[in-house]
Amino acid sequence: MNTKTLRYILKRIGLALLTVWIVITITFFVMHAVPGGPFLGEKAISEAAKAALEEKYGLDKPLFQQYVTYIKDIVTKFDFGPSIKQRGREVIDIIADGMKTSAKLGLAAAAIALVCGTVLGSVAALRRNKLIDRVIMVVTTAFVSMPSFIMGTFMLLLFTVQLAIFPANGAEAGGLVLPIITLSLSPMANITRLTRSSMLDVLGQDYIRTAKAKGVSSIKIIFGHALKNALIPVITYFGPMLAYIVTGSLVVEQIFAVPGIGRSFVSSIINRDYTLIMGTTIVLAILIVIMNLVSDILYKVIDPRITLE
Amino acid sequence: MNKKMFSMHLDLDAFNPATESEKEYMVQMRPSSTFFRDGVKRFVKNKVALVSLIIVVLITLSCIIIPFFWPYSYDQMLGVQLGKPVDASYNNLAPFQYGATEQAKIAAGETVFPHVFGTDSQGRDYFIRIIYGARISLAVGFFASIIVLIIGMTVGSISGYCGGKVDLVIMRIVDIIYSLPDMLLIILLASALKQTKLDEIIQGTVLEKIGANIISLFIVFGVLYWVSMSRLIRGQILSLREQEYVLASQAAGARGKWIIFKHLMPNCISVIIISTALQIPSAIFTESYLSFLGLGVNAPMPSLGSLASDALNGINSYPYRLVIPAVVISLIVLSLNLLGDGLRDAFDPKLNG
Repeated sequence: MNTKTLRYILKRIGLALLTVWIVITITFFVMHAVPGGPFLGEKAISEAAKAALEEKYGLDKPLFQQYVTYIKDIVTKFDFGPSIKQRGREVIDIIADGMKTSAKLGLAAAAIALVCGTVLGSVAALRRNKLIDRVIMVVTTAFVSMPSFIMGTFMLLLFTVQLAIFPANGAEAGGLVLPIITLSLSPMANITRLTRSSMLDVLGQDYIRTAKAKGVSSIKIIFGHALKNALIPVITYFGPMLAYIVTGSLVVEQIFAVPGIGRSFVSSIINRDYTLIMGTTIVLAILIVIMNLVSDILYKVIDPRITLE
Repeated sequence: MNKKMFSMHLDLDAFNPATESEKEYMVQMRPSSTFFRDGVKRFVKNKVALVSLIIVVLITLSCIIIPFFWPYSYDQMLGVQLGKPVDASYNNLAPFQYGATEQAKIAAGETVFPHVFGTDSQGRDYFIRIIYGARISLAVGFFASIIVLIIGMTVGSISGYCGGKVDLVIMRIVDIIYSLPDMLLIILLASALKQTKLDEIIQGTVLEKIGANIISLFIVFGVLYWVSMSRLIRGQILSLREQEYVLASQAAGARGKWIIFKHLMPNCISVIIISTALQIPSAIFTESYLSFLGLGVNAPMPSLGSLASDALNGINSYPYRLVIPAVVISLIVLSLNLLGDGLRDAFDPKLNG
């Protein structure tokens, strides 16, 4: 690794940190700009009780001081404060709780998308303009432009209502199967298209022709030469894929009643649980930023042809 | 004339002057083609794009025209009539069924306009709600793209035109906004704006009819989505300025106005229109997503997203109420995407990767 690469990595890390700080700042001030305050929806509470509550949550201090404390707590202790609506629970605990299920859901969906996507993409490229290629391209075009909630509701309708194969409740055994498939379809379609085009590009390269001329078996060419190089552009999709899975899981968890972070986020928006909204936004944003960072750096480091600016 | 192979004898006939009919045959009367006409020709050849265009036009026209003659309105609860108890027979009608009073009318020989898709749980005609939902989606997609276009074009052309420090600062800001997780911030902004007093601010103005939530959607789009458009336009201006034909035109003595309108604009505008067209489905997508989460349009105004979300509750008994908005939205988004791709292939062969 030369100094140029190192400098690039440091620059990207700097930009990532800046992005996270901006997200925290935007989240904080947007949430505090909302009129009414977090206790508006409660049954009529006395002024004294309201003042006591505000003191307890530090809402009586000047805004800037609240902001500094909030950032300090996040940076030093990864502490997002207590939940305003779920009494006695820390935001970070609620997030960690939901994350257990959501991580399972997201990782499984990403794995399925990667494996199926690369296989389908390679098949389509190797059988270019044959029937199977056409079918794969038509299906993936449809999947790419279908919103996740439409996909989710169709899956729910088909497999739990009409066929009754899977439970409709995500908390039950086997309940995660449908949400995982739903979440994986669109990234899978994207990866398929990405793999197909980069595989076609690679198959036209001189080194493939050289290998063929040398008499290397086609299996060796596909796995040893073509696929290895064709998969490099797929790395760039890791960041957007995570972003899709995160936002998609918000609605998918809602549709299939999965007790994950997405569902608690949506209900915190409805309940106006400010600290939980802020905490979840920031945690998810950090995840996406890290994933973008990793995929950017990996891409530049793995492929030496890419010039670093 | 018998000619031997390789003989050097010349065929004297070949030196006769051409007759008028021969001249006619050689001259090809083809009008010179313009860039636009070329593009249209390429576009028409693309069957997929053409079908998408037809679908988009059909949906748009029906969204505009049908509400004028449809006898029911989107917020009219058919079972509720002034001075009478609520007639529950109108709620949850299956397609092409009628409520109690309507059946009486039919028995008396009157014709009653059918409820093509039935009614919803509050006795509202479902077909017109779908039409209004599609109308909202299309309008949001269209206007959001216009907003994105205006902001992106202004910032991008300033950045590209000024260059230097201005360009550097603007592009840094664009970089940062670009790396923000947009969907999360959109949800955040939409949920915050929903709580503001936007309703009171816009009261009495034209904006009131649109509703506070849609306006906050537009604000959200305006704040976050202009970056890629401005990047694109800046890049276009920078690269076009350096093209050889611009230099050639300058060398031939063309004035600035000629270069801008004859060379820069036509080359820029196709890219701009195409990326605006591709912005529409993504805006529609976001709107329906937010409406599905309950952050979109205000009830009773329907949106395809909120219709799908409402239908989730009755999924066991009335699955078609979920299927219809889902199919409509997929159709709109898919055909707009394919249309945008077709436009790109037809009018911007350079972009075709």
